[in-house]
Amino acid sequence: MTWTKTKMADEVIKLFTPHSSVNLGIGLPTLIAERIPAELPLMVQSENGVLGVDGRPTSADSASPTLINAGKETISISKGASFFDSSLSFGMIRGGHIDFCVLGGMEVDVEQNLANWMIPGKKITGMGGAMDLVNGAKKVIIMMGHFNRQGAPKLLKKCVLPLTGKSVVDIVVTDHGIFKPNGSKFEVIKIAEGVLESDLKLP
Amino acid sequence: MNSPKLYPNAKMALCDLKSGMSLMSGGFGLCGIAENCIDAISELDINNLSIISNNIGNSGRGLVKILRQRKFKKAFCSYVGGNPDLEEQILAKEIEVELIPQGTFSERIRAAGLGIRGFYTPTGHGTLVAEGKEEKLFDRPCILELPLHADFAIIKAQKGDPYGNLWFKETARNFSPLMAMAAKITVVEVEELVELGDIPAEDVHLPGLFVQRIFQGTDYKNDIEYLKTKETPLESKKS
Repeated sequence: MTWTKTKMADEVIKLFTPHSSVNLGIGLPTLIAERIPAELPLMVQSENGVLGVDGRPTSADSASPTLINAGKETISISKGASFFDSSLSFGMIRGGHIDFCVLGGMEVDVEQNLANWMIPGKKITGMGGAMDLVNGAKKVIIMMGHFNRQGAPKLLKKCVLPLTGKSVVDIVVTDHGIFKPNGSKFEVIKIAEGVLESDLKLP
Repeated sequence: MNSPKLYPNAKMALCDLKSGMSLMSGGFGLCGIAENCIDAISELDINNLSIISNNIGNSGRGLVKILRQRKFKKAFCSYVGGNPDLEEQILAKEIEVELIPQGTFSERIRAAGLGIRGFYTPTGHGTLVAEGKEEKLFDRPCILELPLHADFAIIKAQKGDPYGNLWFKETARNFSPLMAMAAKITVVEVEELVELGDIPAEDVHLPGLFVQRIFQGTDYKNDIEYLKTKETPLESKKS
């Protein structure tokens, strides 16, 4: 059985150390904010200008149009939170003050390269804050499906798509397991129960 | 207070925005966008604008109104996801685009406002972003980035006074104070135009020095882009 999105989020959370600062990327990683256990103290940053994200608001009545994360989803904040402009926000990131960032990915390769912002001629998502995050955060975690919609593996020998960052990825959490690119291959750190090594199609 | 910065509305405050000018627009997605100014520009008979904005609107709203009128010749932005109109115009080569990493984008704008002539950053090194840029090795390889100026900036704040001192609500601040510093003429619309002194000096987020024009805005929609609550299922297709 491959992991659900919730299970993937829980696996990422196990990689965080208490009292660390964490930036959660757009898409899958925003789920993580919903799963952080109360006993794990973290400061979650969102690059649109908030430190101290506390997941989603309890109801639509308590949602504010000016209180959002980088995915433009409504959020609530925890005690001790702060707001700031984009320059200070990316200063936190570029300046090395963020301990972990979790980003989605299209491709990751054994040389720790990440591609996640465009498919030439077909799709342009834009890099948003991803290029700053991969170069600034102390640990870069990629959270993504193991295979793309066409069924092709996303863990590769060499990325084909334009890169987001070179030699930046520390660890990859997919629906099949946890993998560490070490320069020549992906080390298997953990494998989802029932998934076979041959299912992974690692390079 | 009688202030030369006070304008009656967006139309008057933007009366000298001309074709071919560069325009910065504050906001993150639809959060904190200058709704009145956007509407006013959509009614102006101008074109060939350069637009500097993180998302150039989203989900068919905000600046997309002007984008659909084909008034933008060139776009400087960081994120296209969630804005199919923009993606379509880029792929069809109907609009020239410079995609900029968001931290570099905000820092280039800040640099323009604060007199910094350039800075080196590791962001974008080894990617398409580095093409044609000067590289320099510090502790790591970095690329040279230059300031991003504009003729006009359109900004929305929650509160502002007649001098232009501003206070932003929650995450609505984002790029707005930086853009206000970087533009020759900064036009600010506010939900609450207050008296001088009503914003305590310690709480001023942007000193009015950087603001040239300010007016009381009207009819705010303040759209929420994606409403997510504790009741939204976590395993939905688009989580």
